[in-house]
Amino acid sequence: MAEATHKRSPLADLAAGLAGASVPGRVSLAEEPFLAQIDLRGDAADGGFREAAGGVIGAALPLAPNTVAQGGRLRALWLGPDEWLIVGPEGSEGGIEAGLKAALAGRHVSIVDVSASRTAIAVAGAGAREVLAKGMGLDLHSRAFGPGRSAQAQLARAQVILEQVSGEPRFRLFVRASFAPYLARWLIDATAEYRIAGP
Amino acid sequence: MLLIPCPWCGPRDESEFRYGGEAHIGAPANPGSLSDADWADYLFMRNNPKGWFRERWMHAQGCRRWFNAVRHTVSNEIAAVYRMGEPPPPAPGPGREGET
Ligand SMILES: [Zn+2]
Repeated sequence: MAEATHKRSPLADLAAGLAGASVPGRVSLAEEPFLAQIDLRGDAADGGFREAAGGVIGAALPLAPNTVAQGGRLRALWLGPDEWLIVGPEGSEGGIEAGLKAALAGRHVSIVDVSASRTAIAVAGAGAREVLAKGMGLDLHSRAFGPGRSAQAQLARAQVILEQVSGEPRFRLFVRASFAPYLARWLIDATAEYRIAGP
Repeated sequence: MLLIPCPWCGPRDESEFRYGGEAHIGAPANPGSLSDADWADYLFMRNNPKGWFRERWMHAQGCRRWFNAVRHTVSNEIAAVYRMGEPPPPAPGPGREGET
């Protein structure tokens, strides 16, 4: 079995570039590698399914489109009317998967570890909203998109899952491993204006 | 660029969607009894109106759900969207181009 010593995140080569592009007080960029990600599908109309899944997550599954529920260390992102992404800290994927499989045994569900599918990039700071708006058609104004909101959309033509984690504001972008270097370089370019010394 | 209202996610760029052609084409109940001409009609023949058209779209870059839309093929105006399994809304009035 491959051990953690061989793990290498999609943006390992760009860690210094992301850190160097960050401007204190304006915008910060950093990879959040190796987050646990479990794709869960099931019947949202089935109260037993919702209760069992919610028990593992520590919060009720979000039923409103493009919203997020936080339960302890885990977050549940709405991906569709019968689909959620359960996100946890690095290394927790096995426990989440086993917990869901045990709690949902015998039900018509799908539980798949997709942790290696996407990496995450944290975009935070006062300028974060403006940076993302350069490449997205979504309304990202704080009145329309705040903490607990998420969206599956395109950023600079790359498919991403976006969520606002906190009011700082702090966003998290999930992007497929093969698109991550492109998107990281796009973000470094999009934040260039903040690196010009002001008056 | 069209702004298409996904019934789940709300208004999104056209680039996030995949087009699925005419809606409400039911699969034949008994395919074995169809003549070649009937089978070809089911597989290939579609209406192509100048006016309101019920058609399928899929929010490919978003929630990845199929849904139906009522779009005017001249003005691109979208009068309604509705989820799979929901009944089609009544036919809209004339479009902005004055077509029916
Ligand atoms: Zn959608």
